[in-house]
Amino acid sequence: MEHRTHISTKNLNVFYGRQVILNNISIDIPNKNITAIIGPSGCGKTTLLKSFNRLLELQEGISVTGQVLVDGEDINDPKVEVTRLRKKMGLLFQRPQILPMSIYDNVAYGLRVHGIKDKKTLSEAVRHYLMEATLWDEVKDRLYKSAAKLSIGQQQRLCLARGLAVEPEVILGDEPTSALDPISAERIERKLLELKSKYTIVLVTHILRQAKRLADYVVFLYMGNLVEHGPAKEFFENPKDHKTRAYINGQFIEEPAP
Amino acid sequence: MDKRHLEENVFKTLMVAATLITVSALGFIMFTVFIKGLPALSLDMITKTPQGGYYIGKEGGILNAILGSIEIGIGATALALAVSLPVVFYLHIYRKKRSIFSKAVRFFLDVLWGVPSIVYGAFGFTAMMFLGLRASLAAGIFTVALLIMPIMARSIDEAMRMIPFELNESCLALGSTRWEMATRVISRQALPGILTAVLISFGRGIGDAASVLFTAGFTDSLPSSLFKPAATLPLAIFFQLGTPFPEVRQRGYASALVLTVLILVISILARLLSKKFVRNIVK
Repeated sequence: MEHRTHISTKNLNVFYGRQVILNNISIDIPNKNITAIIGPSGCGKTTLLKSFNRLLELQEGISVTGQVLVDGEDINDPKVEVTRLRKKMGLLFQRPQILPMSIYDNVAYGLRVHGIKDKKTLSEAVRHYLMEATLWDEVKDRLYKSAAKLSIGQQQRLCLARGLAVEPEVILGDEPTSALDPISAERIERKLLELKSKYTIVLVTHILRQAKRLADYVVFLYMGNLVEHGPAKEFFENPKDHKTRAYINGQFIEEPAP
Repeated sequence: MDKRHLEENVFKTLMVAATLITVSALGFIMFTVFIKGLPALSLDMITKTPQGGYYIGKEGGILNAILGSIEIGIGATALALAVSLPVVFYLHIYRKKRSIFSKAVRFFLDVLWGVPSIVYGAFGFTAMMFLGLRASLAAGIFTVALLIMPIMARSIDEAMRMIPFELNESCLALGSTRWEMATRVISRQALPGILTAVLISFGRGIGDAASVLFTAGFTDSLPSSLFKPAATLPLAIFFQLGTPFPEVRQRGYASALVLTVLILVISILARLLSKKFVRNIVK
């Protein structure tokens, strides 16, 4: 179990209408590591991330071919229970998206949906995961107040607590610090580094320095193509592809002359 | 002053003028109704039914119409809500925003919104004839419900369009089913919008005369049964304003005042009520 890859893709293609968004992507995401998906805007980073828990299917005009395997199971198989798949993955957005309810109910929501009703169990879990997201001390006196009153940094930590509460195996982050102030962003980064011993983490980021700080493994996408992927150290110190080299050095990516 | 600033000031003044006209229209209506109706308004007006000779200036009141209108307003609003909510939730929860199906449903609703209320009245009347029913409170409720359903559905629809897509994604990403997402999260976020929609529709329904003319009919007695005719305020106003007796016409204005105040009170109540629910809403 430990060594089996949670998430991998085989020849994954994603189209928006006729436009190709992801072109033939085959990767294995290493377990209990932080994987950073990097690349310029519009290269398909978020699309790749959302293909892992089938959130992609909410979008209009999207079609998918190829395979996404989660725990060895092809998730696009119609037999897969999508709620069970998604429960395995916590998701953080660019801007935290809290639910229109109290702080307590935000964390308890996922648990209740998955059938936990016992008040004591719920309260315990809420406390535990708010602590895990280092938010507990700030909110313990106002658990039943609206979550909308929290600052945006606190909201992102609340979203983390909410995501962790359903006991996922994977945490997906779509530029989870990009709307936050530097201090809140740093707290989230530190937290992610702590969490990688327990969870497989996949982050989309356009901040190269963030990828360098956090990532163990890097996936570089450019215009829907998988250009290069590998362990972070190797990737940053000894990139193989000239496009990677240009991107991490902040240069324009030029196609070689035909 | 140069030409550009002059241009800006001219158009800004026009906008302010247009705003003033709009706002003062409400003022003038209220003013007219109050001035003309208040003197004739008495306790008898709102506590008694029309006695013999009421329409030539003798004793009585319009309690029959007040109660009839409230019953039709509430009944029709409840009925319309029971249909609108599932329609709108279906579109937003199970259908993609730009699907042909959603577009078609919205188009139909918009067309229905534009159908004049007298046509609804005629349709209701035809349906009654077909079913062998007489003018009754129930027929009035059904017809008014039909009239306000598209208004309510489209208003709720517009309110739900304002809900961020990420809220749907968040719920689903936690492993909710769409149904759980709709009932536990989206409905809360949409609640103020739904209340406003209900309010607009209620106001539209209770004030409409043409749709109840043939369907609810009119009677001087109190609306006691779903299967007997019921009086309504708009028709009471219409009948009283149409008489040659000045004192009865004045009672018509008093009735208009009652209707206006009724709608005003319900608006304010609903606003206060919805304040209670918005505290958790995500901005």
